[in-house]
Amino acid sequence: MKKRDLRLLSVLTALLFALLFMGAQKAKPAAKPKSEPVHAKIGVVSIITGQGAAYGEAITNGIKMARDEVNAKGEVVVDLKIEDSTGKAEQALSAAQKLINSEKVVAIIGPTLSTEMKVVGPEANASGVPIMGTSNTAAGITQIGKFVFRNSMPETQAIPASIGAAVKKYKLKKVALLYGNDDVFTKSGFDTMKAVTEKAGLKILTIEEFQKGQADYKAQLTKIASLKPDAVFCSALYNEGGVILSQARKMGIKVPFVGGNGFNSPKVIDIAKDAADGLIVATPWFGERNDPKVKAFVSKYEKAYGKKPDQFAAQAYDAYYIMTNAIKAAGKADRAKLRDTLAATKNFQGVLGKFSFDAERDVVMAPNVLIVKGGKFTIFH
Amino acid sequence: MFLEQLINGITQGSIYAIVALGYTLVFGVLDIINMAHGEIFMFGSFVGLLAVTKADAPLPVAFLAAIVSAAAMGFLLERVALRPLRTRRGASHLASMISTIGVSILLENVAHKLFGAGNHLFETSFAEIAFHVGPVTIYLVQIVILAISLVLMAGLALWLSRSRSGKALRATAESLETAGLLGVNTNRMITATVVIASAMGGVAGVLVGMAFSYINNQMGLSMGLKGLAIIIFGGMGSVYGAMAGGLLLGLSETFMVAYGSSGYRDAIAFVLIIVILLLKPQGLFGQAPAEARR
Repeated sequence: MKKRDLRLLSVLTALLFALLFMGAQKAKPAAKPKSEPVHAKIGVVSIITGQGAAYGEAITNGIKMARDEVNAKGEVVVDLKIEDSTGKAEQALSAAQKLINSEKVVAIIGPTLSTEMKVVGPEANASGVPIMGTSNTAAGITQIGKFVFRNSMPETQAIPASIGAAVKKYKLKKVALLYGNDDVFTKSGFDTMKAVTEKAGLKILTIEEFQKGQADYKAQLTKIASLKPDAVFCSALYNEGGVILSQARKMGIKVPFVGGNGFNSPKVIDIAKDAADGLIVATPWFGERNDPKVKAFVSKYEKAYGKKPDQFAAQAYDAYYIMTNAIKAAGKADRAKLRDTLAATKNFQGVLGKFSFDAERDVVMAPNVLIVKGGKFTIFH
Repeated sequence: MFLEQLINGITQGSIYAIVALGYTLVFGVLDIINMAHGEIFMFGSFVGLLAVTKADAPLPVAFLAAIVSAAAMGFLLERVALRPLRTRRGASHLASMISTIGVSILLENVAHKLFGAGNHLFETSFAEIAFHVGPVTIYLVQIVILAISLVLMAGLALWLSRSRSGKALRATAESLETAGLLGVNTNRMITATVVIASAMGGVAGVLVGMAFSYINNQMGLSMGLKGLAIIIFGGMGSVYGAMAGGLLLGLSETFMVAYGSSGYRDAIAFVLIIVILLLKPQGLFGQAPAEARR
């Protein structure tokens, strides 16, 4: 038994080496541009297996697509090292340590979750390796240290935009708040929502809570309906959010809904159907935007992977470009130099729009405020 | 608002009660908790959904399909997971509870593979029929759910106390060996019990779909846990206890949301259960302690 395993292993290793060798040989003739290219090794930590693998799939797809495009140009030739975090902080940490210490990568893209970044960020920062999150939206990520970046818009920017737009358009005075109290993501979205609502001087009629996987929201919604709010602000994941919208509309709550980041998915419309009309969200990514860059990205991605790119794929795609632009500016694969050129990124034009880092390496970008109309996300005016 | 919330609570409670009836029936006979009951309920719900959406079947057919498939799953459960352990010497009767947990995990994942994760819309024209009484809207579904739960409860109670097979079942519950000696086919009685309990799970599944218009493959667990709490609260093995416990839990949850804080919904409901259990340890309708019964 043991012996057979060993034999299998050696065969596999041999195969792997053969593959690597083939890859190396194939890469050689392609990498001969006019000027001398910068070679770099970039690590990616993402969720490849387990719950949340769908996020990791979108992220790595976006990154690989950008890698192929950038490598073909021949200015920055990157060797990607992709590691699986399985969505767990400790696994993400050991993956990052491997990338930093054994693979000696110049920078890391990822990890996927904010909870993972809170553990991996300090490690990368202490080792002096620039790390950029593409999907972390919690507060306090880039404050970890001067080597930590992100290009994913935090909730603290997205939620004020959507609430602000709704308040202006509908002249909201009194609102009801509803959120899932057993999920870190929806809870933190709610905290932002509440702060923004109070700051805007709106009257909060009631704050209702629910739990993940609940089937029946009628008790909460009956209460909300009886208070007659001008709008409902709801922090929920799309799975619960879609059901809430459907039951609310059926109950006669016709007012607009403003959703947090969790609502920001076409799946809400799949679940709620017509009831999703009137849902307002703010998002960094809008795939229908009239921009040749966006259109090209969407059609290319769709051809390559058979589905439309989501927010995660788009953010990862842009992140790779931001990273390699900074490597080009640094002129060589040097961690400290890369940090400085990365931090200097200004007005990068990606598929998400115009992007800059602020002094704290956090996102400066205008979100798209969208509203669901006739079963589709459209720009909210 | 009071009336609307009262109706919400009764609907929620009736569904809890039907799920709990399935638990209580199996517990009453086998002295084990069938942990797969929630998942059978979930499967029944999905079969009903497929019948309505994919086959365009009328609602009674959807009910029938859900009942038949849930009953078939109950039969398989008894044959595959319960009987082999029961006939084996030295196997603790807790072992069969563990095997039902195994079945529940299996079913949940099979449902994930077959139907996918996330919520599925369960839309029927029947669920849209509503009456307006003054400012209050009552859906026909809500009345039907209460009626079905009451009929099931009464039917079960009558069957157990009056009919010949009901008596045989109670004898089996009392003592497997004695009932067997007296000529009761105990294996058949047990199979019948599990099948009937599962069929009721199927009914509850379709009702949930109609009442809340969404179902998902995880709902067996949350509904199952509520059902478990209810049979302990109502009295293990008691049919009336399951009904009363279900309604009480549904109403207390709903009114907690309506007049208190929705964050404490489950907390208050379960504190209520603990208090009642402290006052009456055998549950609301529980029978006298075991030594008097055996």
